[in-house]
Amino acid sequence: MKLTVDQLHITLDRTPILHNVSLEAREGDIVGLVGPNGSGKSTLLRAVYRSLRPAEGAVRIGDDDVWALSPRAAARRTGTVLQDAGGNTTGLTVTEIVALGRAPHHGLLSRDRAEDHQAVTDAVDRCGVRPFADRDYASLSGGERQRVLLARALAQNPRLLVLDELTNHLDIRARFELLDLIRATGITTLAVLHDLDLAARLCDHVVVLHEGAVVAAGPVLDVLTPKILADVFGVRARTERHGDGIIRVLYEAQPLADEEALEDDSRSEGTRPRPAPEPAREPPVGAASTSANEKG
Amino acid sequence: MIVSISVGAVNVRLTDVWGIVLHHVTGAGSAPSDPALDQIVWNFRAPRVVLAALVGAGLAVAGAVLQTLVSNPLADPVVLGFSYGATLGAVLVITLGEGAALAGLGVSAAAFIGAVAAGALVFALGQQRGRLAPTRLVLAGVAVGYVFLSATSFVQLQATPNELRTVMFWMLGSVAGAQWDQLPAVTVVVLSTTVLLTLFGRRLNTLLAGDESATALGVDVNRLRAVLLILSALLTGTVVAVAGGIGFVGLMIPHLVRLTLGADHRRLLPLTALLGAVYMVLVDLLSRTLTRPNELPLGIITAFLGAPFFLWLLRHTKGLD
Repeated sequence: MKLTVDQLHITLDRTPILHNVSLEAREGDIVGLVGPNGSGKSTLLRAVYRSLRPAEGAVRIGDDDVWALSPRAAARRTGTVLQDAGGNTTGLTVTEIVALGRAPHHGLLSRDRAEDHQAVTDAVDRCGVRPFADRDYASLSGGERQRVLLARALAQNPRLLVLDELTNHLDIRARFELLDLIRATGITTLAVLHDLDLAARLCDHVVVLHEGAVVAAGPVLDVLTPKILADVFGVRARTERHGDGIIRVLYEAQPLADEEALEDDSRSEGTRPRPAPEPAREPPVGAASTSANEKG
Repeated sequence: MIVSISVGAVNVRLTDVWGIVLHHVTGAGSAPSDPALDQIVWNFRAPRVVLAALVGAGLAVAGAVLQTLVSNPLADPVVLGFSYGATLGAVLVITLGEGAALAGLGVSAAAFIGAVAAGALVFALGQQRGRLAPTRLVLAGVAVGYVFLSATSFVQLQATPNELRTVMFWMLGSVAGAQWDQLPAVTVVVLSTTVLLTLFGRRLNTLLAGDESATALGVDVNRLRAVLLILSALLTGTVVAVAGGIGFVGLMIPHLVRLTLGADHRRLLPLTALLGAVYMVLVDLLSRTLTRPNELPLGIITAFLGAPFFLWLLRHTKGLD
């Protein structure tokens, strides 16, 4: 289902965290939310999975305003996987963790129904966690755990997936497997990703968040330009579509020094096409006339 | 339970016990031939065994819920300060004696008020930006507990040796004074809160996944914490009021069930209640027989017997961390 974030303002302890953030994920799209640490990505997610009430603005799934729904009704629409969620799962098996996804479908007095078992079984099979379904969750590896948490989210039968750094700490193979899994679900997804290359591979659209505001949004190749990569992330890099259709972000070895960025701004040249990426001491990537710093 | 009723300062044959209990419960069979036997079995032993079961169940369930509520395996009614609140209430009434009795306040009532007051204090102090924060709750509980404990110590210093002995015995717990007329209220509270908390089982399970995840699963975490804290304070208050400060049951029994039968609260809470009940009946039995004809306080036995077994179980459980 379509996700619309409409002119969101969020303040935490009187400090504004997000200002006037809008974005949209069309039905079935995977939208990547990228930005440096502290840019407000996780805060935005919290407003979507109904943990942090925005001061202004709305989050809509389909036509429903998430904050006008009850917590349970919202959780029936949105499946969420968070990183380092804490808690203490000692004694819970994998299947029991996945079954937590059925919680929003139940009131205090209702018992488990056939559809609950079906949803849990489907999610377990889909995410390939059947082989360790009866094991203690605490005994699993990082990659296995993430698959279990994704299964829990899928057991909710959600219309929207919200993923915060799902692939952190995972080896490359586990990452790709997880991404394929998400693609295969066909569920509209909003995913915070630190790894830009991964975002480029996975996402239909990316939204770049910087200092609490959206600085760019759209298809990967249009958004992850050398200028944005330099201004927002402080790296010299460019994004290319390869013969196999996969979009890759190519980084240069040297990060952009702060002075260089400033120098760039003052020169205000137009964007130049980059030559081959090998030499480390290339002149910095050209910057356009406005910089993200001015917008932040 | 029948065995426990039959053993004590005077041993009664199991068949006699069964006959007497059956007669009183169902009205079946003939009235007992020996009125003294009937008196011992039905008026002294039976109520204390029933009370022991209720107390064990109540403390164990309260402990299980508190451990999840504050995400801390060390939590129990003692750590959260409830038991110390009850102690202060009880000790005040015991030492003030007639003055308090004049105010119409019995030891049990005062203990209950003390426990609930401690619960209310922990509730108020455990808030952070309008939310009940787990770590803050535990720390508030410990701090409140110490304040009540020091107040209790101060009151004890003013007490006579005779009062002190009563205080001491109360603090270590006993179900010796059990009477039928106090059982209905305790039964209602223990059973209803246990059932209610079990109904919250699914939501308690989501708390195990962490606060943010529980929120994302549609649980109003703050409200859930508030409800659970109130219920467990009431439960603890009721139980401690009639049986005194019995430690370790609330800590050990829930872990025992978790380690052996899993952590799903919908199963955990009823089984914890059951095991807590059985354990406390056993402990009460030992308290009457180990130093016959004298009685030992329950609190001495719960830990002395339970701790070694618990440590053994910990050693034989894999993947705890």
